[in-house]
Amino acid sequence: MMRSKPDEDDYWNSSKCRAFTFDDDYDELSSLKESKRAVNSIRQFVVDEDEDEDDMVKVSWSGEPIGTAQDPYAIAFYYLINSNLDLSGVNLSLPGGHSYGDSLVFFIPSYVFFFFFFFFFLQFCSLETFRSLKDKMQLLDQAVCANDGNVITAVCTHVFLQKYFLQCKLEVLSRELMSRDVALRHYIHYLKEMGEQKLLVELFKSLGRTEDMALLQYREHLSIKDEVRRKEYLKSCISLPFPPDDAGHVQDHYTLLERQIIIEANDKHLENKGQVEVFKKHPRKASILNMPIITTLYYSCVYHYGESEGTYSSPANIRSTFKISEKQYLLTALSARAKLKEWLDVGSLFTTKNWLGYTKKRSPIGFHRVVDILHKNNAPAQVLQEYVCLVEDPNLKISLAQKYKCHDIVIDMYKDQKDRQQLIVYQGKVERGSPEDKKIQDILNNTQIRWKN
Amino acid sequence: MAHSARRDAPELPDFSLLKRLARDQLIYLLEQLPGKKDLFIEADLMSPLDRIANVTMLKQHDVDKLYKVENTPIFSTCDQICFLIRPRIQTVKWIADTVNADKAAGKFRKYKIIFTPQKFYACETVLEEQGIYGDVSTDEWAFYLLPLDDDIISLELPEFFRDNFLEGDQRWVTTGGSALHLLHSLFGPFSKVYGIGRCAKMVYESWREQVEESEQKAQKSEIGNVFLIDRDVDFVTPLCSQVVYEGLVDDIFRIKWCVEFGPDVTTADKSMKVMLNSQDKVFSEIRNEHFSNVFGFLSQKARNLQTAYDKRRGMDIKQMRTFVSEELKGLKQEHRLLSLHIGASESMMKKKTKQDFQELLKTEHSLLEGFDIRECITYIEEHINRQVSMIDSLRLLCLLSLTENGESQSYGIEHLLTFANLRQLGLLVEQQPGDALTAMESKVGKLVNDKTAEKLTGAFSSLAKKSNFRALSKKLALVPKTGEEYDLRVPRDMAYVFSGAYIPLSCKLIEQVLERDGWTGLEEVTRMLNGNEFVVTGEAISDARFKTDSQRIILVMFLGGCSYSEISALRFLGREKGYKFIVLTTAIINSARLMEAMLDNHV
Repeated sequence: MMRSKPDEDDYWNSSKCRAFTFDDDYDELSSLKESKRAVNSIRQFVVDEDEDEDDMVKVSWSGEPIGTAQDPYAIAFYYLINSNLDLSGVNLSLPGGHSYGDSLVFFIPSYVFFFFFFFFFLQFCSLETFRSLKDKMQLLDQAVCANDGNVITAVCTHVFLQKYFLQCKLEVLSRELMSRDVALRHYIHYLKEMGEQKLLVELFKSLGRTEDMALLQYREHLSIKDEVRRKEYLKSCISLPFPPDDAGHVQDHYTLLERQIIIEANDKHLENKGQVEVFKKHPRKASILNMPIITTLYYSCVYHYGESEGTYSSPANIRSTFKISEKQYLLTALSARAKLKEWLDVGSLFTTKNWLGYTKKRSPIGFHRVVDILHKNNAPAQVLQEYVCLVEDPNLKISLAQKYKCHDIVIDMYKDQKDRQQLIVYQGKVERGSPEDKKIQDILNNTQIRWKN
Repeated sequence: MAHSARRDAPELPDFSLLKRLARDQLIYLLEQLPGKKDLFIEADLMSPLDRIANVTMLKQHDVDKLYKVENTPIFSTCDQICFLIRPRIQTVKWIADTVNADKAAGKFRKYKIIFTPQKFYACETVLEEQGIYGDVSTDEWAFYLLPLDDDIISLELPEFFRDNFLEGDQRWVTTGGSALHLLHSLFGPFSKVYGIGRCAKMVYESWREQVEESEQKAQKSEIGNVFLIDRDVDFVTPLCSQVVYEGLVDDIFRIKWCVEFGPDVTTADKSMKVMLNSQDKVFSEIRNEHFSNVFGFLSQKARNLQTAYDKRRGMDIKQMRTFVSEELKGLKQEHRLLSLHIGASESMMKKKTKQDFQELLKTEHSLLEGFDIRECITYIEEHINRQVSMIDSLRLLCLLSLTENGESQSYGIEHLLTFANLRQLGLLVEQQPGDALTAMESKVGKLVNDKTAEKLTGAFSSLAKKSNFRALSKKLALVPKTGEEYDLRVPRDMAYVFSGAYIPLSCKLIEQVLERDGWTGLEEVTRMLNGNEFVVTGEAISDARFKTDSQRIILVMFLGGCSYSEISALRFLGREKGYKFIVLTTAIINSARLMEAMLDNHV
């Protein structure tokens, strides 16, 4: 049997392209008419196919039969161009006697019913069979069996027609859905993509997935550009049913933005007046609004260092409000103060006094890290040397000292280790006639030392 | 470089046919809208399009002006507009806005949307909802397969990964089936199909359905075997830092159809876009090499080049003429390529030294080995505290959780999800552009820290539990015994792609299955990988001639992407065993892309 293109065009134009919109106010009568026409045209296909399925000849888009082509390229090209028309080549026969009105039992091979669905779901909303929940669910299950996500999504959206969805008892629906994870995930993804926020919230609520619901609502803040409105929105999010730790984060997020708005207004004013030294020397590169906590802390270590804990903008206040760990605080403050080359501040970060009033340098992050950060911020040799000295592990200390050319440390350490050989090697590395060179020579000449080698 | 390759490796099929096919179909579709038209192309389709068609060709088929889809109002005077797009809601919404704006302004034009590789139901819903369903005609451009190189074909669908594995949306299953079907109809029939993973199974079924619908003509088989593998079978491998040249280039410069080398590489004042493939003779020799070998190789190459140049000394006029006409051009090109790759190597070396790459690798290797976990955790914690790079921190955490924690493979994904949500929930907000000072610091918010601490302790407490990765690694001997010297210059197994520390799980599976001609004996392994393995024998091939050759050509389809390191490992395996692997992937991925696919901080 040969079928020419106009036939199919007729079909597609009349049923697929225009017929079915699922708006609430859609004229049901005309919809029904269209469905009937579509169904009839399927039937026609079915009958046709039944009669002469053997001598099907595929038709190329130009109307020429190409079924005899041997060239794989031609076949592939044909296949790609005609993938739509190929639908007609599928045997749509239903087992004898079953009409579309019968309950949904498919005795046909899976590949057939994939296409069968394709035809079917486009029409079924006015087909009475799919009115009952059971039938809807059966349809859904069949779609899931076909594996094609596109079909699953389409069936989902039809099964859960908004109108129907809202009228239906959500609990009933969600009970059915929970056991149908694949379909549910498709539907959720579809709603997400389409931006159906409200529907999605309702769905999560009825499924008892309150955390997902809370997250989804919280996510909305991203779309609010105005920071004051965003802050207010975040405030309203605090009471959402988050798990306890997440709730804490949302609270923090709100508090942070609230502070940032205050700091931003204040600092912008100060910067514009141009009387505060730090703003003149280091103009702000961006607003602090919506920055993460650590960035905010860094910012405050740059512009508000040394302020009393009573002010919102002070590092101490931010640290305590957001319970920032000592290590994290140290690293941030260190980077900020090193960036500004405030070496005294850097020093006082690590200074502790014991009960006798002696001061001692102590660091919870390991002084080798401190040295590394200082070096990256171009600290002068003298400062570097001071911190290399504080590294505890002698091997690490000596390698760092060599790396950063802290000659005194290297020399003293070799001297203490009574390692004459290493000292001689090191002498070769320093500049001839330099103070280091002289120092090494003096030590080597010192007969008091009992060298180990 | 010198490898003891088996000489009798079969020739690869010629995939340029795929480009021709796609091009012809596009022309056909453009001709469906006769007359002058402006063409709007989705940004990430531009480079793939560039590989199969050029502007002249488009102009020949009445394309007047070309635009990139940018989600801003359009300024076109043409009365016919064609959109060439991926089936994405965002883009369709933009088109709807465009059409409606025209309508409001009283402009009447013809619109056509060409979806590639296919349209989705949701796209049509948008057209319908926006009231422009009848005003816009739609079509599909079945451009499934883009040959990236002689042995790499990509579907160029990075969203496949997220949609399928994270959202659980199977919309790309038939796409995968169709891609396979196309290859089958051109280079098949396949005699054996192996696979593992839920998606792999569905793609296989979809392909079978399509085969049964269309008649297959008897033809010479060029691809004998197919292996389908889901990305979630092995998340560990793509999370590791890459150290093979091509992988490293991808990690650092990000290969996206081509790679853009900055002035630091080109030693010129502007950056340069370079195509990296087997056409580049220097690159094709170093792409699969461990980075530590590359410098030596390049300098040897440079010396040879010098010698070749030096030949011209003492030449007479005639000899000189032959030299200039025959050799000089080749030498010059080699010179250019050499200096480019030397520049790239230097630049990568610098970047990696700055990042304490050695320490990072050590941690990764310890994690893979299950050794010194406490120290690894300290390192990761510090990594986060120092805010080196958020993506790297997340990557290490995922690696930690996968190697130490995994009850099942899906556990990993849930972890990733947690962090994706964290990003949303976190105070990790979009970066203000151009703020170099705080760029690093602001990447990881405090939230991640708090959460991490929690996860770290979680990971810690579960150390006692036996995890699947550990067991898999033991069962498949993925981690070579420590203490043995591993000569990276003469690799002895696929572990060389990770400095001899780890054989990629995905590639090891492929090796084992091919060796055993099925899954027999791997029952315990597949159980730990959540099953879904299969092997199907296809049509028997009568002609013995094709049998021997095509049997050794193996198409490996990665559903959800694969990394360059995996490709290098497969090339190595092919050389060892006399196979030729063709990699068919939904996209090329690396750890950063994998992590970024998990984040959604934009609306």
